[in-house]
Amino acid sequence: MKITPEEISHVADLARLRLSSDEVEAMAGQLGDILSYVAKLNELDTEGIPPMTHAISIVNAFREDEVKPSLDREKILSNGPQQDGESFVVPRII
Amino acid sequence: MALHALTIHELQEMLAKGRVSAVEVARDVLDRIAKVEDKVRAYITFDRELTLEQAEAADKKLKNGTGGSLCGIPLSIKDVLCTEGMRTTCGSRILKNFVPPYDATSVVKLKQADAVLVGKVAMDEFAMGSTSENCAFGPPKNPWNIDYICGGSSGGSAASVAADECIASLGTDTGGSIRQPASHCGVVGLKPTYGRVSRYGLVAFASSLDQIGPLTKDVTDCALMMNVISGYDANDSTSVPREVPDFRNSLKDGLHGLKIGIPKEYFIEGLDPEVESNVHKGIETLRDAGAEIVEVSLPHTDYCVAVYYLIAPAEASSNLARYDGVKYGFRDMSSETLLDMYKNTRSQGFGDEVKRRIIIGTYALSSGYYDAYYKKASQVRTLITEDYRKAFENCDVLVSPVTPTPAWKLAEKIDDPLSVYLSDILTISANLAGIPGISVPCGFSAKGLPIGLQIQGAHFQEEKLLNVAYNLEQGLNISRLRPNNL
Repeated sequence: MKITPEEISHVADLARLRLSSDEVEAMAGQLGDILSYVAKLNELDTEGIPPMTHAISIVNAFREDEVKPSLDREKILSNGPQQDGESFVVPRII
Repeated sequence: MALHALTIHELQEMLAKGRVSAVEVARDVLDRIAKVEDKVRAYITFDRELTLEQAEAADKKLKNGTGGSLCGIPLSIKDVLCTEGMRTTCGSRILKNFVPPYDATSVVKLKQADAVLVGKVAMDEFAMGSTSENCAFGPPKNPWNIDYICGGSSGGSAASVAADECIASLGTDTGGSIRQPASHCGVVGLKPTYGRVSRYGLVAFASSLDQIGPLTKDVTDCALMMNVISGYDANDSTSVPREVPDFRNSLKDGLHGLKIGIPKEYFIEGLDPEVESNVHKGIETLRDAGAEIVEVSLPHTDYCVAVYYLIAPAEASSNLARYDGVKYGFRDMSSETLLDMYKNTRSQGFGDEVKRRIIIGTYALSSGYYDAYYKKASQVRTLITEDYRKAFENCDVLVSPVTPTPAWKLAEKIDDPLSVYLSDILTISANLAGIPGISVPCGFSAKGLPIGLQIQGAHFQEEKLLNVAYNLEQGLNISRLRPNNL
């Protein structure tokens, strides 16, 4: 299956990745091979088969809406590449 | 035998009787690491002083008889599990300096049992891989022959146990990542039923497939580890509120009344003749222990790789979106806009295999392709799960090879990702269905590389797995063998 470099670049953009033109080329080839391989799933008739997303059949785990202790602000900020003691600091968004 | 070469159960007895101290055990393990780590390269982070401190604390508890079940036992932890205050990299540059502010639940349980956590071991980046060569800090080497891969993604876990650089390890398995390296390194590795062990604090790769499990020197140790790490956790919404049995009760001789199913589709065309003959020898050993052997079919086996390599990357593309340089991990500080920061951070921080899987996953979920790829794969996942349900109507457990071949040489398949994906065919289905599976050493190739035998069971039937594994181990009597050229 042929995947174009344009398609790879578009997907990379969606995934917030920046690929070099060499990487895009290589990725297009590899993704093409992989998609050709997974196309074998089309040999199977899955009409009416429910999709499975949960390995074990359980219901949603809810809890009462009560305030419980969380993590210290200091601990949460401790791994921040840039923080001002209150929040994480990032480059301009707009 | 040297202390580092002993098992959990042997050391438990010696420590309880005061024949040896936790500090002596820790020192012996640390000396062993100093001797062989240059060759094995299992560890990403370890702290000699911290290890000895924990051992000293363990000795105090042993003295007043207040020690937990793993008191004083040195363990390694796959670097994908959060350990408070100890660097956790997931084998990635993007988390090279990340120090978690909390412990994973499974780590908490090990600490509550007073285990000594020696350090964090190597793995494929974000658990994506089957050789551990995708580790940003260098691959671990197979202790049986250091020119060969350990398998992955829990390669460091398997290697550290096989090389006696720890007494046991905690790994994770999403498509075979405990069982396959266990098989390649000649140790026992168990993937529990999905929901049996809490995933809280496990850095997520594919949330519907990931499970934490032990890698140990023998089946008894596996049961002991399972007793500690299993159990319901309110912090994990996929954790199942089900009672945990004492897994030691499974360590009984004799398999009379047990039916073992051999799935014919697992004896594939590319199966290495040495793997096949060793697994057949294992099956005969189980027959000798009293089991009845029947043939069963898992008709959709051939489709499991295609299903996995759509579902797992799709889930990963979502889980790895959090690595954006905002709150933790690497950030490209030269970026001037937020979008640039995201793109530069992720592009510099992630390795090739991770990028490849994010691309596959994003593609499979994207508008226009979702039905053809992700939904289709999820439907076939239902068929695969149904195969197991039908098979278990005719048998108690399934026995098969773990991998089509023994370990291959480092760098041999580094440019052929698809061929590596195909080698996962015998382990993937268990994750898709959520059932438990264990790899037990059953022999060696002519080149001296370990070969494992896989036992799979129905949901929450780890007891049956351990029972069969125990009888195999007793019958083959190879669990004391160690690599002898380190």
